[in-house]
Amino acid sequence: MRMKYVLTEVLVGLWRNVTMTVAMIITMAVSLTMLGASGLIYTKVADMKQLYFENIQVSIFLKTDVTEEQRVALNSQLEADPLVSDVTYVNKDEAFQRFQEMFRDSPDLLSAVKADQLPESYRIKLENPQEYKTISAQYAAVDGVDQVVDQSQVLDKIFNLFTAGQNIALAAAVAMAIAALLLVANTIQVAAYSKRREVAVMKLVGASNWFIQAPFVLEAVVAGLIGSFLGLGALVALKVFLFDGALSALQGLFAPVSWGEVLLTFPVMAGVGALISAVTAWVTLRFYLRV
Amino acid sequence: MIQLEQVTKTYPKASRPSLDNVSVSIDKGEFVFFIGPSGSGKSTIVKMLLHEVTPSKGRVVVNGKDVTSMRSWKRPHFRRSIGCVFQDFRLLPNRTAYENVAFALEVIGKTKAVARRVVPEVLELVGLGGKEHRYPHELSGGEQQRVAVARAFVNRPLILLADEPTGNLDPDTSIEIMRLLDRINRTGTTVVMVTHDSNIVNQMRRRVIEIESGRIVRDQARGVYG
Repeated sequence: MRMKYVLTEVLVGLWRNVTMTVAMIITMAVSLTMLGASGLIYTKVADMKQLYFENIQVSIFLKTDVTEEQRVALNSQLEADPLVSDVTYVNKDEAFQRFQEMFRDSPDLLSAVKADQLPESYRIKLENPQEYKTISAQYAAVDGVDQVVDQSQVLDKIFNLFTAGQNIALAAAVAMAIAALLLVANTIQVAAYSKRREVAVMKLVGASNWFIQAPFVLEAVVAGLIGSFLGLGALVALKVFLFDGALSALQGLFAPVSWGEVLLTFPVMAGVGALISAVTAWVTLRFYLRV
Repeated sequence: MIQLEQVTKTYPKASRPSLDNVSVSIDKGEFVFFIGPSGSGKSTIVKMLLHEVTPSKGRVVVNGKDVTSMRSWKRPHFRRSIGCVFQDFRLLPNRTAYENVAFALEVIGKTKAVARRVVPEVLELVGLGGKEHRYPHELSGGEQQRVAVARAFVNRPLILLADEPTGNLDPDTSIEIMRLLDRINRTGTTVVMVTHDSNIVNQMRRRVIEIESGRIVRDQARGVYG
C-alpha cells in the first residue's frame, strides 16, 4: 500500500503542476544533451588523436641548392637519432608524383608546377609523436634544411577547435543544469505548499521522514529521468542527422560515432539527472518542510 | 508518564523566558488541565511534549523517553505514542471522516486492512457512527473535532494532548467533546489539556495546573478555574 501511495502521489504531483513539470523536464533534457554531447566530443577527440598521431609524419624539406654531402650527413644523423623510428627519403621525382596524385583534379595547378620545382624531403616517423618540438628545433638549423613541417601542429589546431566546442557544450550544460536545479527547487516548494496540510498531519501523527519526503524527491527524480530520455533522443537525432547525414562526406576525417557510444551516454545522463534532481529536492525539503 | 524537571525555555531574542524553572510530574491515566492567560507558556509546554521545542535548561521525560536529548530523526516514532487535538481541528478538507482517520494510520505504515477494522470502531466510539463518509465541510464544528479526536486516538496513544480543543466550539458542544475526552481518559490514556475555558475546568473537577509568566502558580488536585 505504501509503495502504491507514494507512486500515486508522484504522478498526481507531476500532473498538478504540469507547466512547471514540463519546464523542468525540458531544461533538464537540454542540459543533459549538452553534457552527453560534450562527453561524446571528448571521447572522439581522444580517439582521433590516437588515430592521427599513429600515422603522423614530420617532413624535413631540403633547400633546392642542397649539396650531396649535406644530404648524406643529414641522412646518417636521422638514422642514428633515437627519437626517429622510420626515415623515408623522397627525391624530386617522387615528390612530383605525389603532387600529381594529390592534385589530379586540378590540371591548371599541375601544369604550372614543373618536376624540379618541388623540394626533396625526408619523411620521418617519430617514436613519440609528442616530441616533434625537439625534432624541429634540432633539424631546422642543420645545413641544407629549408624547413621542418610537423603535421601534428596542424592537427593540434583542429583538435583545439574540438576541445573548444566541447568546453562550450559543457558550459551550456552547467548553465542549463543551474536553471534546471532552480526549477526543481521551485517545483518542490510549490508541491510542498499545495500539500502542506497533509504534511502537517503526517508530521503530527509520526510518519517517518522518508515517507514524507519520498513523493517529492521521486517527483523530481522522475522528471530528471524523463529529461535524460529526451536527451538520449536528442543525441540519437544528432547522430542520425548530423554525423551519419550531413557530415557523412567527412567520414574519413572524423572518427565515427558508434551507436554503442551514444547509448553509453544514457546511464551517465540518467544518473546525473536523477542525482541532481534528488539532491536538490531533498535539500529544498530540508529547508522548506524542516523534515 | 510526563516529567518536567526544572525546565526553562528562553526563545532567541525574547527578553524573559517562556518557561521559568518549571517542574511538573503527571502520572499515567491522569487528566490534567493547563490554564493561564495567553503567552503564559502553556503552548511551549505542549510543543515540548511533542519535541517541537527543546528546553534551554532542565529535563523533559515523556513515556520514559528523555525528550531533551532526543535526536530529531527519532521524533516521528516518538510521536506515534502521543495523540494530538487542536483548536482548528486540522482535518484534510478533501478527505472524508473515514479517510482522515485512515490517513493517520496509513502514513505510519498500517495496512488498509487494519484501517478497515479499526477506523469504524473508533468513529463509533467518538459518536460519528453513520457519518464516516461525510467530508469535513459537511460536518458541524463539534463533529469535526470528534473526527480529530478519533484520528488522535485511533493509534491508541499513551498520551492525548489537547490544545484548546473547545476554543472554536459553543458551550454545549464543548461539553460533549469533554465527555468524549473523559471517556478516552477512562481507557487509561493520560489526557493533557490546555484551555481558557473556565466553565469546563469547573465542571470537570480534575487536576489544574495554572501558569503565569512562565511559572507555575497553582497545582491543585481537584481544582477549579479560580
